[in-house]
Amino acid sequence: MPVDRRKLIKGLAVAGAATAAAGVANAKIRPRKTVPTDAVGMLYDATRCIGCKTCVVACKQANDMPPDSASTGGLYDAPIDLNSKTKNIIKQYQDGEKQSYMKAQCMHCVDPSCVNACMMGSLAKRENGIVTWHGERCTGCRYCGIACPYGVPKYEFEKSFPRVIKCEMCSHRIAKGQIPACCEVCPRQAVIYGKYSGLVADAKKRLADFPDRYFPKVFGLEDGGGTQVLYLSKAGISFENLGLPDLGSDPVPELQQTIQHGIYQGFVAPVALFAVFGAVMWRNRRAQEKAGEVKP
Amino acid sequence: MSAHDRHEAVAGPIWTPFFKVVALIVGITVVLMARRFTLGLGSSTALSDGYPWGLWIAFDVVTGTALGCGGYAMALLVYIFNRGKYHPMVRPALLTSALGYTTAAVAIHLDVGRPLYLYKIPVSPMWWNLNSALLEVAVCVMTYIVVLWLEISPAFFEKWERGPDGFFKKLANTFHPIIDKIMVPLMALGLLLPTMHQSSLGALMLLGGKKVHGLWHTPLLPGLYLLSCVGMGYAVVAFESILSSRTYKRPRETRMLASLAGVTGWVVLIFSGIRLVDIVLRGKAALIFQPTIQSLFFLVEMAAFVVGGLMLVMPAFRNTAAGQFQSAMLVIFAGTLYRIDTYLVAYNPGPNWHYFPSVPEMLITVGVIGLEILAYVVIVKTFPILRGATPAQAAS
Amino acid sequence: MDSPKRNEPRSKLFEDRGVDRRDFIRVCTMAAVAVGLPASVGVKWAEAAAKGLKPSVIWLHFQECTGCTESLLRTSHPALAELILDLVSLDYHETLFAAAGYQIEDALKSAMAANAGKYICVVEGAIPTKDKGIYCKIGGRTAIDILNDVAGKAGAIIAIGSCASFGGIPAADPNPTGATGAPQILAGKTVVTLPGCPANPYNFLGTALQYATFGTLPALDDKGRPRFAYGRVIHEDCPRRPHFDAGQFVQQFGDEGHRNGWCLYKMGCKGPVTHANCSLQPFCEVPGAWPIGIGHPCFGCTEQATAFRIPLHTTVEIEHPTPPDTYPPIKADHGRISPVAAGVGGLIAGALVGAGVVASRKLAAEAEKEE
Repeated sequence: MPVDRRKLIKGLAVAGAATAAAGVANAKIRPRKTVPTDAVGMLYDATRCIGCKTCVVACKQANDMPPDSASTGGLYDAPIDLNSKTKNIIKQYQDGEKQSYMKAQCMHCVDPSCVNACMMGSLAKRENGIVTWHGERCTGCRYCGIACPYGVPKYEFEKSFPRVIKCEMCSHRIAKGQIPACCEVCPRQAVIYGKYSGLVADAKKRLADFPDRYFPKVFGLEDGGGTQVLYLSKAGISFENLGLPDLGSDPVPELQQTIQHGIYQGFVAPVALFAVFGAVMWRNRRAQEKAGEVKP
Repeated sequence: MSAHDRHEAVAGPIWTPFFKVVALIVGITVVLMARRFTLGLGSSTALSDGYPWGLWIAFDVVTGTALGCGGYAMALLVYIFNRGKYHPMVRPALLTSALGYTTAAVAIHLDVGRPLYLYKIPVSPMWWNLNSALLEVAVCVMTYIVVLWLEISPAFFEKWERGPDGFFKKLANTFHPIIDKIMVPLMALGLLLPTMHQSSLGALMLLGGKKVHGLWHTPLLPGLYLLSCVGMGYAVVAFESILSSRTYKRPRETRMLASLAGVTGWVVLIFSGIRLVDIVLRGKAALIFQPTIQSLFFLVEMAAFVVGGLMLVMPAFRNTAAGQFQSAMLVIFAGTLYRIDTYLVAYNPGPNWHYFPSVPEMLITVGVIGLEILAYVVIVKTFPILRGATPAQAAS
Repeated sequence: MDSPKRNEPRSKLFEDRGVDRRDFIRVCTMAAVAVGLPASVGVKWAEAAAKGLKPSVIWLHFQECTGCTESLLRTSHPALAELILDLVSLDYHETLFAAAGYQIEDALKSAMAANAGKYICVVEGAIPTKDKGIYCKIGGRTAIDILNDVAGKAGAIIAIGSCASFGGIPAADPNPTGATGAPQILAGKTVVTLPGCPANPYNFLGTALQYATFGTLPALDDKGRPRFAYGRVIHEDCPRRPHFDAGQFVQQFGDEGHRNGWCLYKMGCKGPVTHANCSLQPFCEVPGAWPIGIGHPCFGCTEQATAFRIPLHTTVEIEHPTPPDTYPPIKADHGRISPVAAGVGGLIAGALVGAGVVASRKLAAEAEKEE
C-alpha cells in the first residue's frame, strides 16, 4: 500500500529533527579559530604616516604589478582604490580640519571569509597566518570578492586568463628572510612588520602611553574575528572614517559555517533524506505495481 | 498504460519562422560569447570589483536553476506525495529542468574567469573546501545535470528503440533496461540534490554579511530559497504546459493545472508568511518603509508573491487558463525578482559602486535562453516528451 | 702648455700655481666621492699624485668637437684644471700637447711601449667606418686602425662622450660617414662608456682613478656605462620632480610656470628615459649648469635611442609611472551606470512584460471563445 502522508511526514520530521539536533550540537561545539602560534602581522599607525606613498611604489616593484596609468595618459600610477593592478594603496580622509592617511591592503584575517568561501582552497591561510592565493585551482568564481567584508580581493576582469589580486604580505620575500616591501621602505615606520603578539603589545603600549594622540582602540584585535594587520588611528577619527567597517566581534564566516555545517554535518541529513525519498518511492511503486497501474 | 503511450513527439517541421528568428538571435549572441572568451569578462560585462557577481550569476544561474525546478517539484508531488494523476506532466517538466540546468551550466562557463579549470572540481576531491557553500552548489549541480539527463533518457530510448537498426538502437536496447532498474535511486537522487543545492544557493549570500540588505539577509535564506524554488517549479510547469498546449495544438491540462495551482499557491503564501514574520522578528520591519530602492523592490517582490499566491488559491483564477497563466507568471516574476534582489539589489558593497548589466551581457543572457528554447523545440519535436495529441491518450 | 715631467716634485707644482694642498686633497676627495668610493680613497690619490705615481693616459681624438676634453678643463679655477690633469700622467693628447707631427707620434709610440698593458686608453669622438674609414685619418692611419692598435695594448679602455660611446652627433641620420662608437669597433673587449654631450668630467675622473688605484673598473651596465653614474634616469633625481608629481608643467617657454621653475616634461624633457647623473654631480663644480637647471628640457644626450634622434620638444613615455601628489578618498567613486545599457535593459524588460500581457489576453479570449 502506498506510503501515506502521515508516514512520510513522520519520516521527514525524524530526519529533520536529527539534522537539527546534530547541527545545534555541532554549532555549540564548533570552536572559533585562534591566531596561529607563528603568526606574523603588520601594524599601521596612521599618526605616523606622512602619505609619501613609497610603500605603494615598493609594493608595485616587489610584486611586479603594472602601473594604473591609463586615466592619466600614462604619466602617473594613480589608482583610486585597490584594483587588479594595485595591492596596496594610500588613501586620504579629510573632513574640515580632521585629516588622516589610510593604508589599505589585505587584512589577513584570523578567520578569513575568503578562505571559507573558496571552493577549491585557492585562497589559503598559511602557517604564519598570511592569506595567499594560488592560481592552479582557481576557476575564477569570484565568491571571495563577495565574501570579504573589506572588499580586498580584486579581479583581472580585463584579462582573458584572469587572476585574483590581493596583498599577500610579500610572502615570497618573507620566505627569503626579508620583510614585506611596504614595511621595509616606510621612512617613518608608520607600517611595521613583526610577530603578531609583539605588534599587539606595541599597539596597546602606544595607546597607553599617548592616549591623547590616538583613537582609543586597536582595530583588528577582535573585529570580524580578528585580523593580523592592526590599525591605529588619530584621535577623533574613527576607523569607519578610514573605511574599516564595524564588524562586531563574531568571525565573519561564522553564521554561514554554522548553518551549513549544521545541515550537512557528517553528511547525515543528505543520506537520511535520500533514504527516506528512496524508501517512499519504492514503496509507492510496489503498491502501484500491485494495483496494476504500472508495469514492473 | 505504459509511459510511451502517453507521450509523443510533436509533429511538424523544426525550422518554423519562430525557430529561425530565435536561431538568428542566438547566432548573433554566439559571436558575443566568442568575444567574451577571447577578450575576457571586462569586454563583455559591467562586472567590477564592487559587483563581482552580476546578471549571469543572479539570473542565468541562480534564477535559471530555480526555474528549472519543475522536474524537482513534479517529482516531489508524483513520487513522494503520490499524486499519480500528475504523472503525464513529469516528463515535460524533467526536460525543462534538464535544459534549464544545462543552460545554467553554459552560463557558468561564460561567467567564471577560467572556465577551462571547471573540470578540476569533480576530478579533484582532495582539494575540496567543505566549508564553501559554492562548492556544494557546484558539485551538486554537476551531479544533478547528469541525473536529469539520465531521468529523461527513457524518452530518447523509446524513440530509438522504434527506429532503424544502428548505433542509437543498440544504445537504447543496452541502456534502457539499466536505467529502468536504477530509476528509483536515480529519482531519489533527483529529489535530494535540488533540495541541497537550491538551499545552498540561498546560503551563498549569507557570507555577504553586512553587504546584504536587512530585508534579505537572514539565517533562513536556505529554507526560503528552497520554498520559493518549489513554488517557481510548479509555476514553470504550468507556464510551460499552457504555452506548449497552445503552440503544439494539444488539449489543455487546465483541470490538472487547477489542482496543481492550489499546491503552488499554498507554498507561495507560506513562503511569504515565513519571510514577513522573520523580518519582523529580526527587527528589520522598519526597513520596509524607508524611501530606498531596496524597500521599493521588496514591496514589488512581496506584492507579486502574495497576489500570485492568492490568485493560485482562489477558484476564480485558478480554474481558468488565463488566470493560471497570469498567476504562474506572477510567481515566476516574484521568484526571479527575489533572487535578483538578494544577489544584486540588496547587495551594497559601498556607496561608490554601481552595477547595471552591459548590453553584451544582456544580449548574451538572451542568447543563452534562446539556446534553451531551440534545444527544447528540437527535442520535443523529435522525441516523445509531451503528452499525446489524441484525446484518448490525453484523457488518461 | 708643456707636458709636465713625470718626476717633478709636487710641492713645487702647488707653489707655482698658488694652490693650497688642502684644496688639492679636497678635489681628490670630491672625485672619489663622486664615483662612490670612500673619501679616504681620495686622500690616497692625492698622496700618490704627490709622490709622482700617476697612471698613464693615452687620449685619442677622432670625430669629435673636443667638448669632452673642454669639459674636463672647465673647472671654476683654471689652476685646478691642471691639477686634475696632474693626477694622471697624460702621455698623449692632441689638443693639450704643444708638439705635433712626427714628434707627437713618437710620443705616442714610446708611451705605448713604456706602459704596455697598463695604460688607460681614452677615446673621444666617433669612428667612421664607411669606405674603410677614410673619413678620419691621423698621421696617415685611419681611426679604426689607430683605435685597434692603441686599445689593443691598453690596460683599460674608456670611451668618453656620446660620440665615442655610440656614435653621437656624427652618427645622426643620415650618418654619411658610417660613424660609430668605440665599443662597436672593439667588439669583445670591455669598453667603459661615459656617454654625455659632453660627458661629466667627474664620471671620467672617478673611473680612471679607480682603475689607477685598485686596478678595477666600476660596476658597468649592459652598455658599459658605470652604474654609479648611469644607474638612474634623470627623472628619478631631478630637482623639478616635485613639480612633475604635482602636475605643474611648463606649457610654453617664458610662461608663468617656466618662470617658477616648473617641470619641463611637456616641453619634451627626455629625463624619464635618460640615464645620467647631471642633477646629482654638477659639471665643472657649477651647480645648475645643465639644461634643466637653466630651464631647457633635457634632450637625452647619453642615450643612443634618444640623442640626436627624437626631436627636442617631443615628449617621451614614462616607463615606470609613480603616484602623483594627490590622494584618492576613502570611498572613491567608481563610475556611473551606462544610460545606454539601462535603456536596452528597459526595452528587454518591457518586451517581456508586453509579451506576457498579450499572451494572457489571447488565452483569455480563446477560453471565452471556447465557452
